[in-house]
Amino acid sequence: MTEVRVKLPQHLRKLARVDGEVALAVTGPVTQRSVLDALEARYPALRGTVRDHGTGRRRAFVRFFTGEQDLSHDSPDDPLPDAVSRGSEPFLVVGAMAGG
Amino acid sequence: MSSVRVLVGTRKGAFVLTADGTRDDWKVDGPHFGGWEVYHVAGSPADPQRIFAAPSGGWFGQVIQRSDDGGASWAPVGNEFTYAGVPGTHQWYDGTPHPWEFARVWHFAPSATDPDTVLAGVEDAALFRSVDGGASWQEVPGLREHGSGPQWQPGAGGMCLHTIVPDPRDPARMHVAISAAGVFRTEDAGRTWQPTNRGLQSEGIPDPDAEVGHCVHNLAMHPSRPDTLYMQKHWDVMRTDDGGDTWYDIGEGLPSDFGFPIDVHAHEPDTVYVVPITSDSLHVPPEGRLRVYRSRAGGGEWEPLTNGLPQQHCYVNVLRDAMAVDTLDDCGVYFGTTGGQVYVSPDGGDTWSAIVRDLPAVLSVEVQTLP
Repeated sequence: MTEVRVKLPQHLRKLARVDGEVALAVTGPVTQRSVLDALEARYPALRGTVRDHGTGRRRAFVRFFTGEQDLSHDSPDDPLPDAVSRGSEPFLVVGAMAGG
Repeated sequence: MSSVRVLVGTRKGAFVLTADGTRDDWKVDGPHFGGWEVYHVAGSPADPQRIFAAPSGGWFGQVIQRSDDGGASWAPVGNEFTYAGVPGTHQWYDGTPHPWEFARVWHFAPSATDPDTVLAGVEDAALFRSVDGGASWQEVPGLREHGSGPQWQPGAGGMCLHTIVPDPRDPARMHVAISAAGVFRTEDAGRTWQPTNRGLQSEGIPDPDAEVGHCVHNLAMHPSRPDTLYMQKHWDVMRTDDGGDTWYDIGEGLPSDFGFPIDVHAHEPDTVYVVPITSDSLHVPPEGRLRVYRSRAGGGEWEPLTNGLPQQHCYVNVLRDAMAVDTLDDCGVYFGTTGGQVYVSPDGGDTWSAIVRDLPAVLSVEVQTLP
């Protein structure tokens, strides 16, 4: 079991009723899929807001980063960088810059 | 003393406006869901403390929020809208096939008798039902699977099911309206549907008398006359007296018969309200004068209602779901604008005042009349 830090955008923090980062216990390999599965299990209100319900695909205007590294187009089953799986860096869920 | 609660959906959140029956001293509460586009907020007639709201946005999709205390507090409920079976295609703007994709909820119709049952009209056009207070949603697939589905096209706002008019005599019977497909009626609780668009004529479609393809903007009905429906179409204000089998034009005398909302006085089934808009390419009031038009004759003999409304330099729009009436003895009429004003008339349209002036663009207005 690994504890992963996740930082959500403001709209989703409010929806999940959390302040700041969330810490999630992830079982098995630390991947986008396992982190988001843990996130949605802890905060069911976030289902469908980061990934589509049906396909499980990242929503088009949502991006994933750690530090300055863009993970958005990586496979959801790729291992996340060590810094995320060790808990030294948060997994960032970011709303793409657009709109007004 | 009776009171009213006005539920306002805007481009940047929802607001709850409350007043006693005099409707002259208002409390404004909000924004709820600040930053989200709230296409509709609707209360349950069976339990007015239960309210459904539909915040959505391009980033994080659709969320459904429910209040069980009259809008004071909210909690997210189910937001999974999955089309039944293989959704197939409808037409895109250019006439090419386009797969059915869920975008957002446009309109709720909570059940008159069961607080846990609510219908939702969505984009891409379909009807969903929840029987567990919004926790889960199931499509009513007979509508989308009507044989004409592959011919439906989006209007400028998307291909949306925006209006649901239940028949108060018969829970199995209702009308819905889709832009730009038209009006459909079911008499078997949604299992089968018939297009009810005869008499509608629409420029810009190859067959102006086509069974589907009409950009219906809004419908209204008085509960005492369920077979009479009023329609604001893209162009044309229309009426049927046979439950949608045939429609006829009642727009003569209006400065423009283009517009979005239409509504009926709570106690006078022949008193109808519209807000004329200049044209399909100029979504502002004619001559910069914001006028509600009222007919007391079920159409025709339209009179402009201007007392308290801006009569110069006004270039706002009033969207299809942004007008409502209360059921107090002196019927109140409400509408919201894309400029962020919500107006109330406590006397059936004779005089108007702004409850608020500077909200985000108003997408929807509903009102609950409370004991």
